[in-house]
Amino acid sequence: MYRYDEFDERFVRERVQQFRTQVERRLDGSLSDDEFKPLRLKNGLYLQLHAYMLRIAVPYGTLNGKQLRQLALIGERYDKGYGHFTTRQNLQFNWPQLKDVPDILDLLADVEMHCIQTSGNCIRNVTADQFAGIAKDEVEDPRPTAELLRQWSSLHPEFAWLPRKFKIAVTGAEHDRAAIKVHDIGLKVRRHPDTGATGYQVVVGGGLGRTPMIGKVIRDFLPKDELLAYLEAVMRVYNAEGRRDNKYKARVKILVHEIGTEEFVRRVEAEYAQLDGPTVNAPESEVARIARYFAPPAYEALPEDSAVLDAARRADPALDAFVAQNGFAHRQPGYLALTISLKPVGGVPGDMTSEQMRAFADIAERYSFDELRVTHAQNLVLPHVRKDDVPRVFEALKAAGLATANSGLVTDIIACPGMDYCALATARSIPIAQEIAKSFADERRQAEIGPLQIKISGCINACGHHHVGHIGILGLEKSGKENYQITLGGDATEAAALGERLGPGIDAEAVPGAIETIVGTYLKVRTDGEAFIDTVRRAGLDPFKASFDAYVAGEPA
Amino acid sequence: MTVVTPTGEVPNDYVRIESADDLTTVQGPLLAPLALAGAAVEARRNDRLGLSVANDTKVDAIAPFFDAIDLIAVEFPSFSDGRGLSLAKRLRRAGFAGRLRASGPLIADQFAEALACGFDEIQLPETMAARQPVAQWLAAKDIVTEHYQSGYGADRSILQKRLAARKG
Repeated sequence: MYRYDEFDERFVRERVQQFRTQVERRLDGSLSDDEFKPLRLKNGLYLQLHAYMLRIAVPYGTLNGKQLRQLALIGERYDKGYGHFTTRQNLQFNWPQLKDVPDILDLLADVEMHCIQTSGNCIRNVTADQFAGIAKDEVEDPRPTAELLRQWSSLHPEFAWLPRKFKIAVTGAEHDRAAIKVHDIGLKVRRHPDTGATGYQVVVGGGLGRTPMIGKVIRDFLPKDELLAYLEAVMRVYNAEGRRDNKYKARVKILVHEIGTEEFVRRVEAEYAQLDGPTVNAPESEVARIARYFAPPAYEALPEDSAVLDAARRADPALDAFVAQNGFAHRQPGYLALTISLKPVGGVPGDMTSEQMRAFADIAERYSFDELRVTHAQNLVLPHVRKDDVPRVFEALKAAGLATANSGLVTDIIACPGMDYCALATARSIPIAQEIAKSFADERRQAEIGPLQIKISGCINACGHHHVGHIGILGLEKSGKENYQITLGGDATEAAALGERLGPGIDAEAVPGAIETIVGTYLKVRTDGEAFIDTVRRAGLDPFKASFDAYVAGEPA
Repeated sequence: MTVVTPTGEVPNDYVRIESADDLTTVQGPLLAPLALAGAAVEARRNDRLGLSVANDTKVDAIAPFFDAIDLIAVEFPSFSDGRGLSLAKRLRRAGFAGRLRASGPLIADQFAEALACGFDEIQLPETMAARQPVAQWLAAKDIVTEHYQSGYGADRSILQKRLAARKG
């Protein structure tokens, strides 16, 4: 993974010092509260319902053991002994004190980490496919691109006061695990069909929130070495012309929607034509320098199949289920990637205790080349595990309470913090996720139901990505009471789609039963081997609406 | 009104005018709104002329006056509105070589950004200058010494410095 050089190191240290002086200038009255607010947000510091929340950047979701240990230490010393992984591959601490924040930032800088641009109206922490460098369907590893963008977007002088936040995601694979079509900019590494050269498909104007939209392709093939100059053109058009009269209409998706994709492309290309690209783009040797950090680790030459693992799976049904559910095929023979679910039944989605972090750091150091990843589904990944080692890894995970075999299943629920933490929330999310998970706790039943993504947001800002959940749940407030709307058919992959409302909103207590009803309908309607999302696509909403209406009306299923 | 430059505070020698009548009555360097640019140039005064422009002005509307003016003041309605930064970048690209001023309630933390985008100076309302003395602006400007972005500011970016170091 990427390592800081002297420049990166000094930059992050100076950024900490800058924030320290900003806090001091707020306290001595030089900065008003209104002026300080965007400065603290650009450093990941929110004022939540009960306390400050500090969001730490995990650039494109990569961490090493030392970094995770440091997060464990911070969690213990400055929080309540745990941290919370988010849908943008970051980590949040929910209980730090303002006075401690500069010291926390120093501890982060000690392990090459920071909170730069994890909030605020600027280019946010860049996200990428959690199986980068592993997946067999990959054209090119997206991490060097994401790291280049991390550097380029850090304290960008021109794009630090945008109309609204700006999120970039990168994938290098055919199957989109980075949800690039629901980002402000999505980049897909691809090869030119004629020349074979590497470049990007550029998607702009996707997003969730109040006005969910699927992004539009504005360049089918952008030569790789033109990336920064082209993005500068996109950002300049957005900075100059994005709406600033209404924060709910300020994202780039609204600009693209209002003027039309064609006109947006025209304006970007006109700006791009005037740019002096070579003065903006990264030197080729710099791109190559960054890429070298992401070279494959020193794999052993192994046969594809492991007799050790096969025998252990036959002997232990729990291990067998874990590998079947949480294993991901690795391009290197004899290796496997493992998704580590942070969704134990009854737990808080994405939460991890400091103890678990240390145990997991040990496992990653010993069995996965000291590397781990954070996924946008609020889980972790051990990217490179020898198949022979999987039984031992499974035992170690079990001991740490990290062996839940539910990756991608109905209990692997994405949920925003909701009213338990968030000042914007209109309803609770976490308790809803917990109740649904309890309802489907039986692992055999979960496996029988198969892949099914439930995503829960506690307000229309959609941090839980409910629009793109196979089942989406949106918590609102209606006459002083929490009310939940359910959508079906959302998808964040290359087949991106927004879910459709199933019927009227329902009470919190009714949600688990409604999910049971939907799943029951699916099991009746599905053809052999058909996944939930495919059944919804084939059969449409009607059968689901009928059973949902009956459920709401109190009729027996 | 206080004007801050990278070397400290300088006197504001431009008088803001609002109407064409002022062109004949006001002495010394003038800062005229873009709407009066034609009339101000016509008046052929011997003093310096600056133009005040809104942050959503098109460069094409200002460029015809480049040769007749020596200052452009880009108005910032609030510190959190970054449009002026992109306008500065475009004005420099279009060849404006005179003084470029960011005018409005900016904060010291934005000084480095404004300079990197091509501004020479910041004109602050007195209330802001009183809360944030010039010393704070000068300190804030230098606190982060390097930048990753090429094409911003006079010095080389981190990426360019790495390249130079590799070439030895």
